[in-house]
Amino acid sequence: MSELLIKSIFQENLALSFFLGMCTFLAVSKRVDTAVGLGLAVIVVQAITVPVNYLIFNLLLIEGAWGWAGLPDVDLTFLKLVSFIGVIAAMVQILEMALDRFAPRLYRALGIFLPLITVNCAILGGSLFMVERHYDFEQSVVYGIGSGIGWALAIITFAAIRERLKYSDMPKGVEGLASAFIVTGLMSLGFSAFSLVTP
Amino acid sequence: MSLKHHLISPLLGNNPITLQILGICSALAVTTTLSTAITMSVALTVVLCLSGGVISLMRHHIPPSIRLIIQITIVASIVIVIDQFMQAFMFEMSKRLSIFVGLIVTNCLVLGRAEAFAMRNPVLPSVVDGLGNGLGYSLILLIVGALREFLGTGGLMGVPLVTTVAEGGWFEPLGLMQLAPSAFFILGLLVWLVRVLRPEQVEQPEFRLKAAEDRRP
Repeated sequence: MSELLIKSIFQENLALSFFLGMCTFLAVSKRVDTAVGLGLAVIVVQAITVPVNYLIFNLLLIEGAWGWAGLPDVDLTFLKLVSFIGVIAAMVQILEMALDRFAPRLYRALGIFLPLITVNCAILGGSLFMVERHYDFEQSVVYGIGSGIGWALAIITFAAIRERLKYSDMPKGVEGLASAFIVTGLMSLGFSAFSLVTP
Repeated sequence: MSLKHHLISPLLGNNPITLQILGICSALAVTTTLSTAITMSVALTVVLCLSGGVISLMRHHIPPSIRLIIQITIVASIVIVIDQFMQAFMFEMSKRLSIFVGLIVTNCLVLGRAEAFAMRNPVLPSVVDGLGNGLGYSLILLIVGALREFLGTGGLMGVPLVTTVAEGGWFEPLGLMQLAPSAFFILGLLVWLVRVLRPEQVEQPEFRLKAAEDRRP
């Protein structure tokens, strides 16, 4: 289990080795404090949605899941995209309401980022990887937490580097987006060195 | 705003990847070889055209408060059709693209164009806008895919073009090109190139740094 956790945080980092959630990654990394907020929200949503999607996929969609109802041939796996997106949207909505009720300060701090998570491909990607790699329930819990932490770690580090980049003297065309890509590339190189880490 | 404008402007002037920063995840992940890049480009362009058309057809009937969910559901249905089609007729390719066909659902380019264009325009311009943006996306994907495959393996589309060192030639394949970091580097350099050609695309800094007042010689 700890192996899977470390692997999903470092070697198989969703942002830096699978390019998931890149749009948000580039757009919301100009300041460290917003990056921290978004990172925390992603960890929570990812840790909830991956196991929930595991249950939905294996109890409702997989071939033979409706055997108890006398429908052993029903195979609903083609519905996984729609149902995963539905679960993610619902989870984000519930989380939003729960935070608003019980932790209003955190809710205000996260602001617009919570609803944006619905269309963050890191979340849907995590659930699709869980299906593709045939994780069991325990593994999907660990994978959800690990991949969320990995994504948060990447965006917080990136935001910190980007704040310092303001003071560097770059050619006109490189400033902004181009430099962001190149820095992400360097970070990705750094993270691939973690493949030597074994628990 | 003519149809031609909708088709041409996303290619370089308003490119979805280098200027609008939309749809980057898949652009980077599927470009290890040219053939995956082509398949992904075609799939995304089809989804963009269809979703633009369908959403634009329904635009007067979608309640504004739940429009995002409706848009996502429409896009997801179209993507499911594409995904099933690929699994039926191009099984090898769909295995190589792994989860990235499914991830078209959350591709911000599709949702972004639906929200920004198809919700307020008639059907034909929306389809053309989808096609134009799809082509702009494909252009970048093909450039990155071709560069990565050629520099990484010395061939294109699986056909060797130069003889590698391993086969007695002179070309040493760059293993890095097949790994994740190179995609970021190539895209970064590409954005730089576009901005040198079109300097008006350089984003303005949010604040100016103050220069040192007393610069001693």
